Amino acid sequence: MAFFSQAWTIARKDLLTELRGASTIISMVLLGLLVVLVFNFGADPGVESAALARSGVLWAAFLFSGVIAVGRSFASEREAGCLDGLLLCPVDRALIYLGKLIGNFILVFATGVVILLFFTVIYNVSLGLGWLGILLLLVLASVGLATLGTLFAAVAAGVRARDALLTVFIFPLLVPLVIAAAHTSTLLLDGKGLGAAGFWPWLLVVYDAIFLAVSFMVFDFVVED
Amino acid sequence: MDLERKRLGVATGTLVIITFSLVLVALTAALVLAPRELQMGDIQRLFYFHMPSAWIALGPAFTVVFALSIAYLVTGKLKYDRWAAASAEIGVIFTTVTLLTGPLWAKPVWGVYWTWEPRLTTTLVLWFIYVGYLLLRAIAGEGPRRARLSAVYGIVGWIDVPIVFLSIWLWRTLHPRLLTGSGFSMDSRMLAALMVSLVAFTLLYVCLLVLRARTLAVEATLSGLRAEIRRRNRRGGGS
Repeated sequence: MAFFSQAWTIARKDLLTELRGASTIISMVLLGLLVVLVFNFGADPGVESAALARSGVLWAAFLFSGVIAVGRSFASEREAGCLDGLLLCPVDRALIYLGKLIGNFILVFATGVVILLFFTVIYNVSLGLGWLGILLLLVLASVGLATLGTLFAAVAAGVRARDALLTVFIFPLLVPLVIAAAHTSTLLLDGKGLGAAGFWPWLLVVYDAIFLAVSFMVFDFVVED
Repeated sequence: MDLERKRLGVATGTLVIITFSLVLVALTAALVLAPRELQMGDIQRLFYFHMPSAWIALGPAFTVVFALSIAYLVTGKLKYDRWAAASAEIGVIFTTVTLLTGPLWAKPVWGVYWTWEPRLTTTLVLWFIYVGYLLLRAIAGEGPRRARLSAVYGIVGWIDVPIVFLSIWLWRTLHPRLLTGSGFSMDSRMLAALMVSLVAFTLLYVCLLVLRARTLAVEATLSGLRAEIRRRNRRGGGS
């Protein structure tokens, strides 16, 4: 239990910093909404675009805004030697990763909810009970994005890479996540239940589990100095 | 030491000569000896280059990166990192060849350059992952930090590839397919040419790997010496 409360302390610190500064959260949300908006101009006006195309827009917005959040999580620690301070804490390195992961997950998920709300309004989607399914889907996708995002944000911070490079690192790795999420949400947007999605949500669960395990194993090497 | 180095040089030289001759044989087999395919014509000969490149890309190249990345993290020996880097570079080249020859073959035969077929799409994602890996190496400077970070990338990336393939395969099999297989029945001479080509490409991979890893080792020694000289000069100037 102490493990989780210590990890939560790190997550809380990150979330408080972001809330006080607010610029990251605002730019995340705005970028997500803008992606939804801009993609709309590519569609034929007057024609109801297919659920598949629409859910592609949703996940593109989710990914781009998510990268901003995870990118900040280690970039901000580089200022004034904060990362060294954090690493000097007498705790397991895995705990630092978990704390960062929880903070990123909350940020990514919350932004995802805002994007989703905006999306349902401007595309006139009525989800009904589908809300439950899509929120669960958003949780699974946020865990996946936060898992690899946190790991590679630490990698990118290690070489002082910019956010654009972080995108190049993690987008190809997130391909299975995007396929599974887009597929499931297409069905949900069509008014079907989560049960109709079959193995797709499970693929996300497996994906999350594998990379959570791998990330915990290798995180030590990323911050070791 | 000198004798050992000499022996190593002879071994490498022999490898280069064997590879070079076999590549010549493979070229002759693919371009001259193998019969012209009836329906596709000469364009089918791309197959003898396309398929072996895909084999190197999807088979040994990045698996070696994965194994050596683990070896580096376990032992901390920079030697493994250099070999991993060499394998990744060569893998990206063969992946690029696969991605270039594929569409060239597909256009006249299928009528399109690209189709979202699982193997094709996975190869494209593979290319993105390992170009990212090389990009990371390029900006990470030198030494243990780069080795550690890229080893992490090499491990995570390799684990991701089968999941990418699985998800694309599941995704495509749920949709009506516009194009079905590229199947053509192979003449025994075609099969022979393909086999020779496969062996030649595999040897070429090994050969390039050995030479490139050596170059990287020399580069590392050189930059170590440069740093040493700088250090001495500074000390000399200071006192």
